[in-house]
Amino acid sequence: MANTQGTTGLVGWIDERFPLTKMMREHLTEYYAPKNFNFWYFFGSLAILVLVNQILTGIWLTMNYKPAAADAFASVEYIMRDVDWGWLIRYMHSTGASAFFIVVYLHMFRALIYGSYKKPRELIWIFGVVIFLCLMAEAFMGYLLPWGQMSYWGAQVIINLFSAIPVIGPDLSVWIRGDFVVSDATLNRFFSLHVIALPLVLVGLVVAHIIALHEVGSNNPDGVDIKKTKGPDGKPLDGIPFHPYYTVKDLVGVGVFLIFFSFVIFFAPEMGGYFLEHPNFDPADPMKTPPHIAPVWYFTPFYAILRAVPSFAGTQVWGVLAMGAAIVMLFFLPWLDRSPVKSIRYRGLLFKLVLAAFIVSFLILGYLGALPTTPARTTLAQVCSVIYFAFFFVLPILPWFEKTKPVPERVTSK
Amino acid sequence: MKKIIIALAFLILPGLSLAAGGGYPLEKAPIDLHNKASLQNGAKLFVNYCMGCHSLEHQRYNRMARDIGLTDEQVKENLIFTGAKVGETMKNAMPKADAKRWFGVTPPDLTVISRSRGVDYLYTYLQTFYLDPTRPFGVNNAAFPNAGMPHVLWELQGMQKAVYEVHKDHDGNEAKVLKGFELVQPGSMSPPEFKEAMADLTNFLAYVGEPIQLERQWIGIWVLLFLVLLTVVFYLLKKEYWKKVH
Repeated sequence: MANTQGTTGLVGWIDERFPLTKMMREHLTEYYAPKNFNFWYFFGSLAILVLVNQILTGIWLTMNYKPAAADAFASVEYIMRDVDWGWLIRYMHSTGASAFFIVVYLHMFRALIYGSYKKPRELIWIFGVVIFLCLMAEAFMGYLLPWGQMSYWGAQVIINLFSAIPVIGPDLSVWIRGDFVVSDATLNRFFSLHVIALPLVLVGLVVAHIIALHEVGSNNPDGVDIKKTKGPDGKPLDGIPFHPYYTVKDLVGVGVFLIFFSFVIFFAPEMGGYFLEHPNFDPADPMKTPPHIAPVWYFTPFYAILRAVPSFAGTQVWGVLAMGAAIVMLFFLPWLDRSPVKSIRYRGLLFKLVLAAFIVSFLILGYLGALPTTPARTTLAQVCSVIYFAFFFVLPILPWFEKTKPVPERVTSK
Repeated sequence: MKKIIIALAFLILPGLSLAAGGGYPLEKAPIDLHNKASLQNGAKLFVNYCMGCHSLEHQRYNRMARDIGLTDEQVKENLIFTGAKVGETMKNAMPKADAKRWFGVTPPDLTVISRSRGVDYLYTYLQTFYLDPTRPFGVNNAAFPNAGMPHVLWELQGMQKAVYEVHKDHDGNEAKVLKGFELVQPGSMSPPEFKEAMADLTNFLAYVGEPIQLERQWIGIWVLLFLVLLTVVFYLLKKEYWKKVH
C-alpha cells in the first residue's frame, strides 16, 4: 500500500504505519508562521528549551538527591561537591527555575501587547495560564527539596494559607502536609509531585498549547490574520514555513539566551540571593523561625497582594482569595478585552497607559513582596493591588473611549 | 493561629539566639581564593581553634588538600586531630547533645556558613568579641549580639572592651551606640597580625562554602567564548536562510 506522503524506503515504511512525515509537515515544514515575528516571539521556543533543561538536569539530580528530612540538605551538598559535574547540574536546575519564570513572564507579556489571547486563540491562552499555574506549583514544591531554612519556612507559610479557608481549612492544610508541621512526610510527597506528577501534567499541557496554536495559526506583531490573504497555491502570502525559517531564527535566540544563562551559572549562581536565597544555606530547623521569610522572586508579586489585604470579619482568608483571584482573572482576559483590534500598534493611547499601569504595578508588587512590611510599603502594595485588579475591570469599557488606528490588510515589514 | 502559637513559643524560649544583624557595620572581607598560603593558614586556624566545636560535615580532607595546595600526607600529619581518614569529611568529636547542654545551642556546622551569612559578616564577627560580664562566657559580639560562643581566639587577639558613643534622641533619652573597641589585654598577635589571620580564616571558609568556585569561573569563560562563537554561526545561518524572505 502506497502512503499518501509519497515517501519511500524506511521513512515510507514508517509513514504507512505512523504519521511521521505528516506530522513533520503539519507542525514544521508546512506550518506557515507570519514572517514578521519580532524579539518578543523568541520566548515560546525558549520556554521549551528551559523545560527540557529542567527535565534533563532533574533526572540527573534525582540520581543523587535523597528525599528525606535527615538526608536532603546533605545530599544537595554531596551533589555540589562529590558528584562529577554535580555542581553544574544543580546550578543549571536552580538557575533554570528562575529562567523559566523570566521567559514565561515575557511570553505572557507578548500575548498582552499583541492581543494573542483574542479570538480564535482563547484556548491557547487558557492552556497557557494553566501551564503558568502548574509551573508555580512545580517551582513551589521543588523549592522545598533542598531542605534549607527558606525551603522549610516558605513552605510552612504557604501551606498555612490554606488553613485560613473557613471550616475545612485546618484539616486541609494537615492533609497537604501529611503532618501537623512541614516534615519528612511533606518532603516525600512534594518530591513525588515535583519529579513525576507535575512534570507529566506540564508536558501534556505544553503539547495541548502547541496543538491549539497550530490549529488556528500564530498571531503576529500586527495582529493581522495571515490566512485571509493567500496566494494561488493556497499558502498565506505573509507566511513562511516554520522550518527552516523559524528554526534557524530561534537558534539565534537560543544562542543569546544561553550566553545569559551560562553567565549566571558560572559567575553568579546565587544571583545576589535572588535565585538561591542566602538563608537556604542553613539547614531546615523547625525550632528556629528566620527573622524574615521571603518567597523566591517569581512569587513575590502575588505574595505582596496576599499581604496587602487586611484581615476582615475575623479571618485572613481575603488575602488568600485576592492572591488566587490575581491569577484566576487572567483566564477571563480573552473576554474582558473587547476591542476588535489585537495589536498594541493600532490601539489607542488609553490602552497603552492602562497596560503600562498594570505592568508597573505588577513590578512594584514584585519588589515589595521580597521586603519585610512597613506601613508605607503596605499602603503602596494596596494601591498597586487595586491597579492590578482595576486593569481587568477597565478593559471591557475601554473600547467606548479608545480611539484605535486602522489595522492594515497585510503584515508590515518592520 | 498555629503561626501565632509558634511565634509565642519562641518569645519565651530562653537561650535561643538568632543571627539577626546587630546594626554594627560589617567590614569588607579581603577574599582571595587564589592565595594558597592564606587558605592554608585559614585551614590551620580552623582545625586548631574552631573544629573543637564546629564541623565541616560536607568538606572532605583530601578535597581540601588538593584545592589549597597540600598533599594528603601533610594533611594527615598536621591537620587531622580526630583520627579520621583523609578521604572522610571534616567532622568533629563533640557529641551534639552535650554541645547543646553546654552552649545552649549546638554549634552549627560551618561548611556553607559563608554562603548563608556572607563573608563580610564572618570577618566582622571573628574580630568583634568584646568583654561583657553579663554574658555566660564573659564576652559578647558586635556582629552577632548575645552570641552563645566564647571568645576562643582570645589568646591570639587578647581581650578588648567596647567603646560606646552616647546619643540623645529628641525625647532626651540616652542611647548607647557601639563605636569601636579598645584592647585591654594584648594577645600573642599584634592587632594587624590578628586581622590578617582572621582574613585567612574567612578566606578558608569562603573556599569551603563552594570548593568549585575556584574552577567554575575559569570553565565559564570557555563556555561563554564557545557560545558567542556558536551564536555568530547561528546568526549567519539565519541571515543566509532569510535572504529569500521579503
